[in-house]
Amino acid sequence: MNYADLFRVTLPETALEIAALVVLIVDLGFLRKAALNLRVTVAALLGVAGCGAALWTVGLQNGSGFFVDGREVLVVGPVAVIAQVGILVLTALTLLLLIDENFTHHVGEFVAVVLMAAAGGLLIVAAQDLLVIFIGLELLSLGLYILTAFAKRSGKSAEAAMKYYLFGGMSAAFLLFGFSYLYGLSGSTNLAAIEQGIPQQGMPLLYVAWVLIVAGLGFKVAAVPFHLWAPDTYEGAPAPAAAFIASVSKVASFALLLNICYGLFQPGKTWSGPPQLLNEIFRTEFAIWQPLLIILIVVAAASMIVGNLAALAQVSVRRLLAYSAIAHAGYILLGVAVRRPYTGQVDTIHFVLDSFRPAFRSTNAVLFYVLTYGLTTIGAFGVVSVVERATGSDRIDSFVGLNKRNPVLAAVLLVLFLSLAGIPPLVGFYAKFNLFAAVLGVSAGPVPFALVALAVAFSVVSLYYYLQVLKRAYVMPTVDESPIKAHPVTMAVLVAIAAAVVVLGCFPALLQNWIESFYS
Amino acid sequence: MLAWTIYLSFAGALVLAILPKAKPALVRWLALSVAVAGLAVAIAGFISGMGQGLTVFVDLPWIPSMGIHFLLAADGISRVLVLLTGLAAVAGVLFSWNIELRANEFFAFFLALIGGVYGVFLSFDLLLLFVFYEIAIVPKYFLIAIWGSTRREYAAMKLAIYSFAGSAMVLIGLLAAYATAGSHSTSLIQLGHAGFPASFQMWCFPLVFTGFAILAGMWPFHTWAPTGHVAAPTGASMLLAGVVMKLGAYGCLRVGIALFPRGLDPWGVSFLGIGSWRDVFAVLAVIGIVYGALVALAQSDFKFVIGYSSVSHMGFVLLGLMTLNQIGMTGAVMQMFSHGIIAGLLFAIVGRIVYDRTHTRQLAELETMHLSRRLPFAAWAFVIAGMASMGLPGFSGFVAELQVLVGAWKVNPWWVAAAGVGIVVGVAYTWRALQKAFFGDLLPSAHVLEQEHGHELAAITWPEVTGVVMLAGVSLFVGLYPRILLDTIEPAVKALLAGGVQ
Repeated sequence: MNYADLFRVTLPETALEIAALVVLIVDLGFLRKAALNLRVTVAALLGVAGCGAALWTVGLQNGSGFFVDGREVLVVGPVAVIAQVGILVLTALTLLLLIDENFTHHVGEFVAVVLMAAAGGLLIVAAQDLLVIFIGLELLSLGLYILTAFAKRSGKSAEAAMKYYLFGGMSAAFLLFGFSYLYGLSGSTNLAAIEQGIPQQGMPLLYVAWVLIVAGLGFKVAAVPFHLWAPDTYEGAPAPAAAFIASVSKVASFALLLNICYGLFQPGKTWSGPPQLLNEIFRTEFAIWQPLLIILIVVAAASMIVGNLAALAQVSVRRLLAYSAIAHAGYILLGVAVRRPYTGQVDTIHFVLDSFRPAFRSTNAVLFYVLTYGLTTIGAFGVVSVVERATGSDRIDSFVGLNKRNPVLAAVLLVLFLSLAGIPPLVGFYAKFNLFAAVLGVSAGPVPFALVALAVAFSVVSLYYYLQVLKRAYVMPTVDESPIKAHPVTMAVLVAIAAAVVVLGCFPALLQNWIESFYS
Repeated sequence: MLAWTIYLSFAGALVLAILPKAKPALVRWLALSVAVAGLAVAIAGFISGMGQGLTVFVDLPWIPSMGIHFLLAADGISRVLVLLTGLAAVAGVLFSWNIELRANEFFAFFLALIGGVYGVFLSFDLLLLFVFYEIAIVPKYFLIAIWGSTRREYAAMKLAIYSFAGSAMVLIGLLAAYATAGSHSTSLIQLGHAGFPASFQMWCFPLVFTGFAILAGMWPFHTWAPTGHVAAPTGASMLLAGVVMKLGAYGCLRVGIALFPRGLDPWGVSFLGIGSWRDVFAVLAVIGIVYGALVALAQSDFKFVIGYSSVSHMGFVLLGLMTLNQIGMTGAVMQMFSHGIIAGLLFAIVGRIVYDRTHTRQLAELETMHLSRRLPFAAWAFVIAGMASMGLPGFSGFVAELQVLVGAWKVNPWWVAAAGVGIVVGVAYTWRALQKAFFGDLLPSAHVLEQEHGHELAAITWPEVTGVVMLAGVSLFVGLYPRILLDTIEPAVKALLAGGVQ
């Protein structure tokens, strides 16, 4: 154990925590009497500055993680760094969208809690130890419950927070229970050690452990059948909180899922032991992870089907976004779950090379997808919140005539929703294509192919509900033509997000190359 | 050089989208100049490309890690269809001259659609082709839903969902081909050399072909076409029938047949004379020809007559493709061009010249309006267009359908017999529409004449005359001198048959 390493590896988290304290001090100490506008602006900008500082410290990492007794506890690998950058950028965007909000007088606390929750996110994407994972996850989740309840004057917010908290508490219990089985089976809480320590004969218990863990993590990513909290939370939470849950928490949870699912084969790690051991390791690896992957595939298919079909019936745009998030979680889970089958007898080195590269591809594709999805969905919540403030409702009908009332906002909505539907040349299309191509590149068997076909078919279904919103914004005649005004900063952020969605869609290599640069 | 058609159209769309709303005249002229510039480039590209095979003009790495290139190229088939797109775009703008509602958005969507169509015809990378194909779908939705007429929201959504269902099938095929080829390239040329296993082609071909054929109006997936055409504003229905349906047919040819030729092989078992996917699709095409014609005969709405006639005529394209011989496939490409021109002309007459003045499309009501007296220009334009549509010698449709039928005869004379029925019914429905709409039997009484005198229909405007003359002239010119297109199409089809189809 080296405390200097610990200090260096956790610098980004530290930066966020310090920023949270600074925000609290400034807001509660110096700005008590100031106007709400000023307080929101100062708090949000301080928060953004904290994210910037944390981003800078992510760049300071030299590539080695934090070890305890020879076991890596916090890793500085490609997945961790990419996800951390994503989390920080998305948090900053959420905070910028806060500037126009007026749902609370306790802005300092709100920003501080956002930053602390983001710190929890940073922790889980790097953690390799079950206990650290659990602590980070709780830090993130508790923050999210508070954020959901932040609109004190709204009954819906309180209801949503209560539902979210009850479901969340239960799923955390499941997760911890699952972790305890893993510990019992292997005698260790470290992911790498668990993989080596699990005896082959412990299989039935292993299944139980994986089911419990999937229940816990499935809750975080809002996958069916652990999704019930999502529509209520998305609907009731204040818009910035919902955007934060839909983006930052998603990025962190999927990165965590990648860490757990890829275990030893996490990209960026190299095998240093004797080669003859590899075949043995592949065998155990296969035996250990296969049940988890099967469960994940079932969950993924269910999420795609339920999410897309339920979204068809929604009249609240926030609930629609919640079900669409469930559907997207299904697509992403495919990328996490599908892996090259282990056929038994293989040329070791060849198999290693063969199975490493596609694994990189699907991790890349998952990261690309979840980052761009997070970006798009923050923008979508930004638009919803502007419309909501002007019309008092997030009903689909309050978008009628948006094109007349604020053409720029309507154009942003058009770009973001078409991107969510996966229309080229927007980034949502490329993310889907890349993900599905990676899935088929990893394993082109009938099962992955059927899953990809299912996903593509359901993205046609999804077009229908996205078009329902766009139809109201562009097509249907409106009685109320009064312009909808938004804060210039909000508009600038939304336009920037839409522009990024278009640019990354036309030139996906920009983001793709950045992600791949971590693997070279 | 042809690449500029794409850039010009998208740049035009962008400029129009941000132009001030209050100046429809400026917007129109700008849209027209962009469309004419695109046509000029298309003509120049067509002329300079004569006698040349496949030429690549842009090849830039687009997504290097996946081996995807921004690859624009053209062979004879592409050049002909780009030319058609140029003509349809200019005609479409001319016949949309009276759009006042949100004119800048209308023409922005219009040009974005045109840009996507140009892009599909010029892409030689499968992913790029797919991207342009989908770009073309979204503007269609808004063009119909905002500026359309009869049940526009229903028709627009139906069209969008059908199109996306089709493109989802194509996307699945694309992903499967990409994964199976393992060459890390989606270039059509490289995929063509990938040597897909026959068993793979056997299921991928029908998937991709059906996906594209949905947009080509193949029976029984044609139902989006009549409702969509009828609901669309005139300019958009000209584009829908004129070029968008060709996108589907082009995809069937360029992707379906050229990449998966073994998918057309016999299965080894035959049932009721159907022993391969080729037979299946040929039979569907023939059913489309006859069914479309029969349904057109029974319509009471003038525009639905034309809508179903499109289904019938597109059946010839699909039948021509399924002949897999030089003359039949050349005929199919000719028919794509010919139908694009003629359908555009028919929709222009029905939707713009007649409907915008009479405000009805019901044949029974038009019958009482004595349009041959009051709108002689429309009546004679429709006579010419109707003759072209029936496939009379001297018009482009004749050359095209004749070649398709000759090609089909070589494969299976029964197809020709059935398609022949379709042609006869085609004469009947065109005649019926012509007579009912323009040359009603009832002679006007003095009283009616007096009444009509007070309500003169608006005079024919110059954009309408220009558009009609241009489209009818092209159809006539190609009918009289088909070599102008055939010399370009034939070598390309030959190369495709040699390279793709065994």
